[in-house]
Amino acid sequence: MPIPRHLRACGQWAARVLVVAVAGFGVSLGLAIATLSPASAEGEIIRLTLATNLSGPIEGVEITVTDDAGDEVAQGQTDDEGRFEEDLPGPGEYTVTINADDLPEGVTAAATERTVTVPEGGVGRVAFALSDGSIGQSGGLSRIPQLLVEGLRFGLLIAICAVGLSLIFGTTGLTNFAHGELVAIGAIVGWFLNVDAGIPLIASTVIAMAVGGFVGWLNDVALWGPLRRRGSGLVAMLVISIGLSLALRYLLNIIFGGRSQPYSDYRGQRANEYGPVALTDKDLYSILISLVVLVLVALMLQRTKIGKAMRAVADNRDLAASSGINVDRVIRFVWIVGGALAALGGVLFGLSDEVSWDMGFKLLLLMFAGITLGGLGTAYGALLGSIIVGVFVQLSTLVIADELKYVGGLLLLIVILVVRPQGILGSRARVG
Amino acid sequence: MSEFLDILALSVKSLVSQSAVFFALMGVGLNLHFGYTGLLNFGQIGFALLGGYGVAISVSMWGLPLMVGVLVGVIAALVLALLLGLPTLRLRADYLAIVTIAAAEILRLVFRSTPATPITGATRGLSNFGQDFYALAPFETQGTYDFLGSTWTGREIWAVLVGWFLVTVFSLLIWQLMRSPWGRVLKSIREDEDAVRSLGKNVYSYKMQSLILGGVIASFGGMILVLATGSANPDQFQNANTFLAYAALILGGTARVLGPVIGSMILWFIIAFTDAGLAALIRNDLIPDEILSAPDVANIRFILVGVGLMLLLIFRPQGIFGDRREIVLDAH
Repeated sequence: MPIPRHLRACGQWAARVLVVAVAGFGVSLGLAIATLSPASAEGEIIRLTLATNLSGPIEGVEITVTDDAGDEVAQGQTDDEGRFEEDLPGPGEYTVTINADDLPEGVTAAATERTVTVPEGGVGRVAFALSDGSIGQSGGLSRIPQLLVEGLRFGLLIAICAVGLSLIFGTTGLTNFAHGELVAIGAIVGWFLNVDAGIPLIASTVIAMAVGGFVGWLNDVALWGPLRRRGSGLVAMLVISIGLSLALRYLLNIIFGGRSQPYSDYRGQRANEYGPVALTDKDLYSILISLVVLVLVALMLQRTKIGKAMRAVADNRDLAASSGINVDRVIRFVWIVGGALAALGGVLFGLSDEVSWDMGFKLLLLMFAGITLGGLGTAYGALLGSIIVGVFVQLSTLVIADELKYVGGLLLLIVILVVRPQGILGSRARVG
Repeated sequence: MSEFLDILALSVKSLVSQSAVFFALMGVGLNLHFGYTGLLNFGQIGFALLGGYGVAISVSMWGLPLMVGVLVGVIAALVLALLLGLPTLRLRADYLAIVTIAAAEILRLVFRSTPATPITGATRGLSNFGQDFYALAPFETQGTYDFLGSTWTGREIWAVLVGWFLVTVFSLLIWQLMRSPWGRVLKSIREDEDAVRSLGKNVYSYKMQSLILGGVIASFGGMILVLATGSANPDQFQNANTFLAYAALILGGTARVLGPVIGSMILWFIIAFTDAGLAALIRNDLIPDEILSAPDVANIRFILVGVGLMLLLIFRPQGIFGDRREIVLDAH
């Protein structure tokens, strides 16, 4: 994958080590990914990090690297951050072995040996799956509470992103395929502010939301508003949104680079146990923030004048217009709110799963699943549907591999359309 | 100057290259769906994936003959069309769009997942399934040949020849079908579904036939792609490719038999020209590295296509050859 030159220049990014805590499995898995450095002046480097969700970084594990002839080319121990770094003599196939005896009590490795092919100046990755046997080690049904909470967190996050998408659909009829990019823009703006400019993440998030709101406003002022006044067809607008999504997504790839990157704040947190559930602080706060924001959105829709106007326009645009509501102003407001919420969702998603250029598109299909399930165009439907999708996606890891969990969400989308196309809160008339 | 000529030769080559063939076949299928029937299929790449992997898995994993592999690919595409169409063809256009894009993404994710490794080779993909195909060539496929200022391997030439033969066959088929009563029903479904229904036609069944035929045509595109590149890899089937095919189709003109074919050739000429041109500008330091580095060039095409798609739809939705009266894009 392409990596922008400015990132390559600073060595610490060049081999950013990814620690993905897959707590969703209950058997808290720590995935240590050894990232092979792209071409630098010194030649090929191998770096890896060992950590699990509960134990944190693991120090003092012996690592051996051998080449394809079986000769040892590098050897050493992980440091206090669980990291290991050595130079390699050149490109080729290498075997990385960890000494399982050095792992702390209770932590086991699914495999202690991994083979990786290092192209010249290329990037290779190897991961050791570590299990710290913290919660629900027996597997099966005891994982359900943990998965439910994880699913709630994920579902609330989808909901934050999807409320705007659903309101935009409700008020303008536009199926906006570029909504995922609003999410990614928020996450990436937050990343640059947090990592490059060193602004604390909370402040970065607020600025990212402002930028997201501005991008939403710009969307309406520069593109969708004029098209609406011109009377463009909905199918044409849908394809235009696809074009916008493609252009923005690959622009983000060039700006941000092809790899996922974490924020610099709140990293390497350990999970705290709450009864049968283990959560890191950032996951806990992510749930709380999402809940507060969604309650505020609901209050706005229910109590404020503009919120009532939004619901009125979504319900029946002509009737709303004839009763004196300025429909264009309401739609513009929907875009601003939608953009800001999408940006917030992006930052929260980046906090739990790292920031990447195509995270928006990955989330987009789940957002569609959520708002279709809830009923296209209804704000509360989007909320309810998204939470169900999030919980379903996490629970599906009980029966299918973790990497396929999004597939579960997409299958759910298809099943909904077979069984109840208008969704839970939608009305039959919208199906057409 | 010679560098410019090289770039031009490369661009001319891509006018007829395997990419142009692949997107022409995807586009011909999409034209049937979108241009003639008005179906918003956003998962065309899923059909191509099944075609490509149908051949690759049958030949390299199951040791079946090539022709059986082709059959497997076609049947897989047919089944996908049925599975997608049954629930969604009764619903509004954007539901089909969402479901098809979701299905294509499901297929790609499943094919590249670790549990699927014994069948699909996961992210590494499959290779070693092309021998039978190249053995069919009536000329020596090991050598290289020079045409139009660029060098072609024998294998490339054979794959491209077969590909354009298929494009011709399917274009003729579409041309004849659209002159038939069957084609006229499809076009009237695009214009006014309810009117067609009131004439006693089974709209649902016609839409399904259109979805199946267009999907099968795309599956042949996938077969040509994997045979020409010699490997089947899930990331060849990124869903962004569906939208490249849409761009080609709309550029050439929807609801025109040759629209997707010409559109695909022009699109690939533009893509190859900008790719090679930008690479040359970067190489000669005319574009500073901070703005654009060599690995980014591959992404530029998607930005171009995205912006191009928007501009086309806003300013010239009928494309180059299309007829404004015959497009669904302006429909209210």
